[in-house]
Amino acid sequence: MKDTTNIVLAGVGGQGILLASKLLCEAALGEGYDVKANEVHGMAQRGGSVIAQIRFGEKVYSPLVETGTARLFIAMEIVEAIRHRKYLAPDGQAFINTQRIIPTTVSSGMADYPSDPEELVRGAIPNHRMADCLELAKQAGSARCVNTVMAGWVSKSLPFSEETWVEVMGRLIKERFQEMNRKAFALGRNLD
Amino acid sequence: MEKAVLSGNEAFARGAWEAGVNIGSAYPGTPSTEILENLSKYRDVYSQWSPNEKVAMEFAAGASLAGSRCITCMKHVGLNVAADPLMTLSYIGIKGGFAVIVADDPGMHSSQNEQDSRNYARFAKIPLLEPSDSQEAKDFVKVAMEISETFRTPVMIKSTTRISHSKSVVTLGERTPHKATGYEKNPQLYVPVPIYGRKMRVALEERIGKIRDFACTLEQNRIIEGSDELGIITAGIAYQYAAEVFPEASILKLAMSFPFPDELIIRFAKNKKRILVIEELDNFLEEHVRSLGIPAEGREYVPGIGELDLDRVKAARNRFEGKEEKETTPETLPVKIPPRPPVFCPGCPHRSVFFEISKLDPVVIGDIGCYSLAVFPPLSAMDMILCMGAGISSAHGVEKANTGQKVVGVMGDSTFFHSGITGLLDIGYNRGNLTIFVLDNRITAMTGHQDHPGTGKTLMGEPTFEASIEAFARACGIRRVVVVDPYDVKELRRVIKEEVAAEEASVIVTKAPCILLDQGKGGETMQIDQEKCKSCGLCLKLSCPGLEKHPGEEGDGFTVEVNPVLCAGCGICAQVCPFDAIGKPEDTE
Repeated sequence: MKDTTNIVLAGVGGQGILLASKLLCEAALGEGYDVKANEVHGMAQRGGSVIAQIRFGEKVYSPLVETGTARLFIAMEIVEAIRHRKYLAPDGQAFINTQRIIPTTVSSGMADYPSDPEELVRGAIPNHRMADCLELAKQAGSARCVNTVMAGWVSKSLPFSEETWVEVMGRLIKERFQEMNRKAFALGRNLD
Repeated sequence: MEKAVLSGNEAFARGAWEAGVNIGSAYPGTPSTEILENLSKYRDVYSQWSPNEKVAMEFAAGASLAGSRCITCMKHVGLNVAADPLMTLSYIGIKGGFAVIVADDPGMHSSQNEQDSRNYARFAKIPLLEPSDSQEAKDFVKVAMEISETFRTPVMIKSTTRISHSKSVVTLGERTPHKATGYEKNPQLYVPVPIYGRKMRVALEERIGKIRDFACTLEQNRIIEGSDELGIITAGIAYQYAAEVFPEASILKLAMSFPFPDELIIRFAKNKKRILVIEELDNFLEEHVRSLGIPAEGREYVPGIGELDLDRVKAARNRFEGKEEKETTPETLPVKIPPRPPVFCPGCPHRSVFFEISKLDPVVIGDIGCYSLAVFPPLSAMDMILCMGAGISSAHGVEKANTGQKVVGVMGDSTFFHSGITGLLDIGYNRGNLTIFVLDNRITAMTGHQDHPGTGKTLMGEPTFEASIEAFARACGIRRVVVVDPYDVKELRRVIKEEVAAEEASVIVTKAPCILLDQGKGGETMQIDQEKCKSCGLCLKLSCPGLEKHPGEEGDGFTVEVNPVLCAGCGICAQVCPFDAIGKPEDTE
């Protein structure tokens, strides 16, 4: 479907990818689009590599995104950006958090973590932006806000109004985490 | 009307509520779990977790015969457990509307097999509905209730991971209340002793014939008009891929894919040059369409192993049209990136148990739950998994084979109540001699923290009694029953050594809440005193994401560092360290 916008989020189970996906989904609905999204529960969440997919447009059929068609590709961990880069469309945009989370396969000596993942990104992902979203999340009040920092960052590339974001965040995020997440979203939105 | 973005599972629950469903039952299992979790939020419906799927279905069958509208929900392998009541419930029939919602897991995202549960509908001779998005997930529960009551039959609704866990836009409706009418005694109808059962058998065949006729008129069995060059027959999630990849084709989208609406299929196929069946897993539709004399194509192009997606259906289209397969040479990276399989969470109480078990290197017969993750290196402490319950009963079988090998069985608390008790009774009764571990983390963890008979709370949030694993074990004839705190590694080690060496059956209950329920339990994160650390790597064998291995400064050797964002402060690594190099800030300074 030509008018459908595809978004793929990649990260590590436990990073809050589900909330980021939910924010995007509800914002798309708020703007009156047909929207479908997909996420992984259960086994895949325990610290493993996870992705979530969101599609919005006039009429969306498949909830899954085809390889090479994601207009926006959001990676919450840098090696996960490289792992799932096949989803990115040739003219798509990648938003990459430079945070490194070392998998246990590395710690137990079965594999190596790349010594310079930024360099790998530069070689393998054409249209990318990189930022230390973990640092910004900490500034906002908690490392757990990486997801909202990234939602804020990507929000500028989406045709959704600021009011929609404010409404959706107000509805989906628990009262006591509101301020922290608003701050995180704003810090993300200020990124280039 | 109000619209919302709902997951398929949220939509099933909403649909049940709107359809006036009075009672819901389930045992949690990915990807079906959230149906009942969401149903329990509607306080005018009675919802319960049952100890297993068989109980859940039998419970709902009783409630239905008392006139309630009911749903019972499970994952595909759960239906195997509930197959016994299902196969005869179709004989005795129902009174209040009865739907069993089954969620398959093509691609095995979170399951031990990828069986196609549609076969059960044909096996039990009951109607099968296959929603293709959240709107239909909601609507089809209502359709199921109507069909169920009209034909006095249980109805099966089949979901998949991509229906249950995908979100799409749903128009919400209001609830139409249903009142239970009460149990009416009628043994000729409800008691399948042979003299009555044989009559039921005949009636069952008549009924499914009537439903077949009805299926041809069901408005949800839709034809999307398109070109006569190609007619596609599809159902469920496969419809979405078909509609996107073949926008020009005519599509017969089946909502009720059993009993097969033969006349409709024949009418649809009549003027089409080619017929292509697009379905996930088994050739359920295709074989039937061909049996009608229609030269349908399908499996030679559409893969039957693993789940479908746009890429695979596009590739199928290319093959179907005789186009060359696109040679895609994946661009290569200058270095390999490390795999990231799921692991025990930082602070998980299971970690120390498998660390200690693996030191003794017994044959470990495991079960279904988070602890199946112990199979991966470096823990490598799981040698067999079959199904829920087998962690005890198959371990007993290994022991009775009497080859002199040490064997232990491992199972979680929820799984123990699900189907561990009978296996333990088998060990007690037949004088087994092995050690069973019950990893009691006080919750059904893998599926996202659901209560069970041991937690003292019901699905509706009511307090209730706490079933005791230790008491069950003793009642099963096990004399050696020990409860141990898995965070006390020294004591755990002592208990394991003693019980495994004992010359009779024993049960070790390792009791500590899932760390995700008790965040902050560990307090401050661990620190490593780099002066004391000898880089022996023993702590890394715990496979904890909170401990990271970093290359040493001169390019050789390595250092171990704590990732303070992930570390839960549980202290297991500190107890494992032979050099006393790991501790809390106050210890190490």
